[in-house]
Amino acid sequence: MDALVQNFSYYKDLVLVLTAKEIKVKYKNSLLGYVWSVLNPLCLAVVFYFAFKFVMKVPVENFTLFLISGLFPWQWFSTSVNASITALLGNASLVKKVSFPRYFIPLATVLNDTFHFVVSLPIVFGFVVFYKVHLTAAWVYGIPLLMVSQFFMTYGCALAVSALNLFFRDLERLVMIGLTVLFYMTPIIYDMSLVPEGFRQYFLLNPLFGIIEGWHSLFLRGHVDWGLYLVSLLQSLVIFGVGFALFKKLSWKFAEVL
Amino acid sequence: MKEPVIVFDGVTKTYPYYGYITAGLKMFLFNLPEAINHTKKSFTALREISFEVCGGECFGVVGNNGAGKSTLLGLAAGALKPDKGTIEIKGRVSPLLELGAGFHPELTGRENIVLNGVLLGMTRKRVVRKMDEIIGFSELEEFIDQPLRTYSSGMVTRLGFSVIAHLDPEILLVDEVLAVGDINFQKKCMDKIMGFRANGVTMVLVSHSLDQVQRLCDRAMWIDHHEIRAIGEPAAVCQAYQGG
Ligand SMILES: Nc1ncnc2c1ncn2[C@@H]1O[C@H](COP(=O)(O)OP(=O)(O)OP(=O)(O)O)[C@@H](O)[C@H]1O
Ligand SMILES: [Mg+2]
Repeated sequence: MDALVQNFSYYKDLVLVLTAKEIKVKYKNSLLGYVWSVLNPLCLAVVFYFAFKFVMKVPVENFTLFLISGLFPWQWFSTSVNASITALLGNASLVKKVSFPRYFIPLATVLNDTFHFVVSLPIVFGFVVFYKVHLTAAWVYGIPLLMVSQFFMTYGCALAVSALNLFFRDLERLVMIGLTVLFYMTPIIYDMSLVPEGFRQYFLLNPLFGIIEGWHSLFLRGHVDWGLYLVSLLQSLVIFGVGFALFKKLSWKFAEVL
Repeated sequence: MKEPVIVFDGVTKTYPYYGYITAGLKMFLFNLPEAINHTKKSFTALREISFEVCGGECFGVVGNNGAGKSTLLGLAAGALKPDKGTIEIKGRVSPLLELGAGFHPELTGRENIVLNGVLLGMTRKRVVRKMDEIIGFSELEEFIDQPLRTYSSGMVTRLGFSVIAHLDPEILLVDEVLAVGDINFQKKCMDKIMGFRANGVTMVLVSHSLDQVQRLCDRAMWIDHHEIRAIGEPAAVCQAYQGG
């Protein structure tokens, strides 16, 4: 028992320093780093607004807020998965020469982007207030709940991608294509009401669908859609389980292929 | 004699040929039959290795490049898994397979000390408590808040060794890291290693300096072409190794 507590506090330190490293390295300690992490989704929002509202005039209410509330969570997911491609390769000296649970390496990558998502939330709040959508009590538990679901989904993908990339070094291209497909197959730049009726049920196959729709209903309508949430949580846990099992299975080989 | 803390029993380690796979998914799929055949073949890096290291002993390992010494330490550290045989380790292992594992060039010396210290098994609190001592040992006070990329390579290894010097190891695995820094610092490192030895730390030392092995070790092992050629008195083993 004592050893367990000791191990836990050591692992906590380990995750902490690895994540702090990621954060520090990414932004070299400058405040400007914060600007960069919110600038990307904001720019995307402006571009999509121009293309879809100004030019194509899609009939979505509150389109700016709609874009914002989908793009920030998307940014968290996509940058995590992107960074996890090279997470193990970039830490080759650690994997080969120090022994600690390897799944902490992609964990630090995902936590880094989780941190940036959390600090960019005030920007989303700003938009919500600006567009006079009511802030409700549901936010207090809705945000952490949705984050838990998205975290497991993201971490599961990051584990799988980082491990597989050691064996198939050209996985990067595939992941890029996959992310692009996923982006357009998720209702981030269009609303579900625009999707043909008979096709809507297929969206449930996309594990990001429930999460993004969850963020929409929280930020735009101020409530948690419980049915959808539970489905998305289940999907996230399955993806996490598969990713973790795959990572575990391959992790003995990491030091051999690096 | 004390009881053994590291026991290798008939350990064989092979590396599969992953060439076709690591070249990428495309290569793998387009050359599927060959690729599958290829992954079945493997390269033997260590064959039927059996030896014991007792508590408090300093055990030297010598051998030509590619003989399998680093693989041996990787196995002892738990970074690699043997294909055959068993490995038994009793105690906390500090694998020093490389100085400054995990150092990042963009972080400052101080930040790297914390990172490296925790990676090597210290808690954060302990590293912070020892910080001044570590910086003092490295004699890099002036540069400690500069990013590591501005350090000379000797300064980086100095910093790396300074962290190690403040670990509290039970079993230390050292892979060719003792010849670091200038003459003064080398002497300091030697003193520290001697200090560990005096405190009863078990050490496995891979080195190409036969002089060092004879001076530091109680016993030594010569690995040649992935097999043990000689094991015993350091002087005798080194002589055999030199003789070919
Ligand atoms: N990841 C790997 N994949 C395939 N073969 C490997 C791998 N690592 C090492 N080898 C092979 O295993 C053998 C032993 O390598 P090892 O690094 O243990 O040698 P060494 O004794 O430490 O040599 P040196 O004195 O140069 O450090 C070498 O022939 C090398 O080609
Ligand atoms: Mg070596």
